[in-house]
Amino acid sequence: MTTEMANNVQVPARAAGRSSSMALLVLIAGWLVPGAGHLLLGKWIRGLLLFVTLVLMFSIGIALRGKIYSPNTGDLLDILNFAGDLGTGLFYVIAKMFDLGQAAIVTVTADYGTKFVVVAGLLNIIAAVDAHSLATGRKAS
Amino acid sequence: MTITHFDAVLLFSLFTSIVFGITQRAEPRMMVRFGAFCFALFVFGTIAASWLMWLIKH
Repeated sequence: MTTEMANNVQVPARAAGRSSSMALLVLIAGWLVPGAGHLLLGKWIRGLLLFVTLVLMFSIGIALRGKIYSPNTGDLLDILNFAGDLGTGLFYVIAKMFDLGQAAIVTVTADYGTKFVVVAGLLNIIAAVDAHSLATGRKAS
Repeated sequence: MTITHFDAVLLFSLFTSIVFGITQRAEPRMMVRFGAFCFALFVFGTIAASWLMWLIKH
């Protein structure tokens, strides 16, 4: 009886969502390029707003001479900041390729810049998960 | 590029509030309301914390 009720609840949510491979694609696209997950789902305004917002936040962080963290420095805080940076997806790769960002934080505004970059990554992860929730039907609209 | 502390607060609050608004609410109207709420909380929370630190120091 309980199982039947649970199934009855889950069926409409599943029907509203897309296939799991599409949901995974949306999640990965949203991580690699900010807002891409929403764009794939046809949420144009949200996708563009997320793209502009997160790219601006990342760019301002770089312009403020923020630091881009590398893996395996051994410091726990560095590892956590690296995980945040990695959330920006392709922008982290681009920043590393073109040697953007500073090796060390020397000014107060550079500290702000570093936080901007890290938080842009964390916000991008939230946005990618939101797109995934829309794709699976967990989030209504 | 150089910005003031308050500029940094405003920019950080704006960007974060936009993402929170879009991701934490389902309806566009509620997204705007929640985004504005988060922005106000960030900015006024920072101002309140700044005054608190000033009071502790003095």
